This record gives sequence, structure tokens and C-alpha cells, in this order.
Amino acid sequence: MKPAPFTRHVPKTIDEVVSALAEFAPQDGRILAGGQSLVPIMAFRMARPTHLIDINEVEGLDRIAIDGDYLSIGARARHGAFHKPVIDGVLGKLLAFVVSHIAHYPIRMRGTFCGSLAHADPSSEWCLVAATLGAQLVVKSVRGERIVAVEDFLEGIMSTSLAEDEFLAEARLPLLPADTQFGFYEFSRRAGDFAMAAALVTYRLVDGVIVDAHVGIGGAEDRPRRIAEAEAVLNGQAPSPDLFVAAGEAAADAVEPLEDILTTAEYRCDLVRAVTRRALERSLP
Amino acid sequence: MTDKTNITLNINGRNHAISVESRRTLADAIREECGQTGTHIGCEHGVCGACTVLVSGEPVRSCLMFAQQAAGKEIRTVEGLARGDEMHPMQRTFMENHGLQCGFCTPGFLMLAVGVLEKEPDISDHDLVDVLSSNLCRCTGYQNIIKAVRAAAIEMRQS
Repeated sequence: MKPAPFTRHVPKTIDEVVSALAEFAPQDGRILAGGQSLVPIMAFRMARPTHLIDINEVEGLDRIAIDGDYLSIGARARHGAFHKPVIDGVLGKLLAFVVSHIAHYPIRMRGTFCGSLAHADPSSEWCLVAATLGAQLVVKSVRGERIVAVEDFLEGIMSTSLAEDEFLAEARLPLLPADTQFGFYEFSRRAGDFAMAAALVTYRLVDGVIVDAHVGIGGAEDRPRRIAEAEAVLNGQAPSPDLFVAAGEAAADAVEPLEDILTTAEYRCDLVRAVTRRALERSLP
Repeated sequence: MTDKTNITLNINGRNHAISVESRRTLADAIREECGQTGTHIGCEHGVCGACTVLVSGEPVRSCLMFAQQAAGKEIRTVEGLARGDEMHPMQRTFMENHGLQCGFCTPGFLMLAVGVLEKEPDISDHDLVDVLSSNLCRCTGYQNIIKAVRAAAIEMRQS
């Protein structure tokens, strides 16, 4: 239960981070941000990185601010920063609602938004938010910078398109129009446990009908993603209990559910059906 | 790779000059190098909360932080709660409300509750229950812990 030996590097700038990564990633070097997933994995010796590049002393990486039409979230912005809305408007409220579902309070004091994305756990709330809202991710290395859409970033269970020398420096979430409705619902056995299924929905109501519906499902497949079939059920229709049931059915039909020793595919689909409907019920003004 | 680094941990206002490997967790360093054994270690992977301490005023799992990361920061442990012979209100209300039985989880619960209430003195009862779900207790069934923390919250708001 003790992590294996490693060498700790403490860069002070992003340039130092990416050059350390370029040098040590080929020797199983990794970024250490909040450490709330990595350190337990190291304690179990499931990960034995020989070098850790600790980004906790890099200036400015905890920045959370509006840049143009998106919210910029720095590589070390911690979950706890979202407990109170980080900005006025719907997006700040959405993030504050979702964050209370992430692990527990002390974990949220250390764990980071971008760390969750890079870890890419299928049940991660932040991965679901990024997938549903259409995040853009700023990835840096000594080779330069590239911007990756979330659907090209999340590749599978704990798997992303980051190259080994690349650093997720920033996540960009699009700001939401002021009339956006949102609803989030997560099912887990105990407070703070990994979600067995979760749904995030956003849409706008124009003349009483739903437009621009986003339905994201997490914890059910190998990565969170939008479910176009459920969105098609909603778009152009007035919200109603029957409509929400139909959207849940469409989502459950569309997913290819993960199975584990406690969760059959049939049960997971039932959960998808329920969390989708409940998220929609919570979205009503 | 197993080279040790000299660091200073400031625990409850006192500096401890120690030498630790990079893999040494803060929890182990507090207990072994600094001799402050009030902080307990349960699961060593961030689930149980027994090792919760305050770092720069925030409750954190000290088993999920490396000691070198806490160098120079203000660390508070259960040993720093009482003022001489006078218990912290949180310690007293735990006693008065039977908020502990075996006591193994108690230091973690005390630091969690004190840390959150110092940051958010007006936290709602509902949110407080959510905070207390962070840590595990196998004796009390939690009800008396909730009672104790609510009683301490009232006292801490008044003082």
C-alpha cells in the first residue's frame, strides 16, 4: 500500500513541464496534478511511474476565466473551485450542481478538472460535462500546441488521444445561452461512489418547444458521449412526461452498455433509461 | 531514485526538519518522521478519511499527498485542536454526543468538520451531512457524529 519509488520533478513554468515530459515520459514519467486517482493507483502498485512531473507549483495553472465565448479552465483548477458558481449564468450553475457529485469534499480540495479528463474514467462527471457541452482541449508539448475536440480526445476506458509527451494544459467549455435549461442525474449506490450511470441534458425552450438538445450519458459506455437518438426525440417537441420517457427509451436503446460483475447489460440500460428521464425532469424551469 | 530530500513540515505551528523520499506520503511523514501519531492511517488509498488533516486550511487526505508537496505549508492535525487543557468545541461535542466509540476514525472526522466549518460557518445541515459522508465510521452509525458536529457548528458560529 506504499507507492513504489519515483523521482519527483517540480517545474515552475509550462515550458519546464513540457520539456520534463519530453525527457521523462519515455521512461514512464507522468504528470502529477491533484493525485486523487493517480496516488491510489500507485498505492495499489497498479501504476509504478518512475518519474512524476508535479505541476502543483506552476504559476497560473489554476486559472478559471471567460475568454471570448468559452470558459477557460486551467490544468490545475481544482474541483472545489466549482462549489460556488465560477461565473454568472447557466454554465456556472451547471458546474456547481455537478461538482457536488464528484467523490467527497476532501478529494475535491485536491483533484482537478483537467486531471479528470486526462484520467478518462468512463464514469467521470467532468468527462460527461465536457462531452455533453462540446469541450475543446488545449494540448501542449515541446512540439507545439494543438486543440482537440472532446470526442477526439476521449478514446475509451482510461484512454485518451494524448501522446505520451503531451500535457493537457487547458479545457475550454462553451458558454451557454441565458435561456438554457439543464438537468443532471447520477445513480450510484453510495454518496461519492463511481456513477453506475449518469445523464446531463441541456436545451433551450423557444416558443414552448425544445431546441438544440444535448443529451450526454456517462458511466454506461467506455466513455461519455452525446446520444443523438435521444436528442432527436426531444428537438422540436414541447417538454412533457411522455416525451421524457421516450427520450430515456431512445438513450437506453442507443448505448452499448459496459458490463461488470455487479451490472448486467440489461440493468445498465435500465439505469440509462432512468437517469435520462430524471435529468430531463430536473431540467424543467 | 530512493534519495531523500530535506524538507520542513510545519505542523500545528511547529517546524519539523525531516528527510524523506519523494514517495513518502504526508500521512506517513506526520506519524513516522514527525512523531505526531494522532493522525490515523486506515485504507491508504483515500477512501476512509481517517488520515484527514488540514493543509493551508483545507481538509485533505494526507495519504493521497506526498510529504514533499506539503513542505512549507501550514499543516494542522488533531494535536493542534485543544488549547492547553481546554478541548476544541468539536472535541467536546463529540464526547458529549457519543460521537465516537473506538475512536480510530475520530481524528479524521474532527479535522474534516473543523476545516469545513472554519471555511463555511453557515453551511446548511443538509450540506454538512454530505460533507460527513466523506469519512467512514464503523461504530457509531453516524447519527451521533452528525449531532456532535451540528452542536459544535452552533458554538463555533457564536465564538
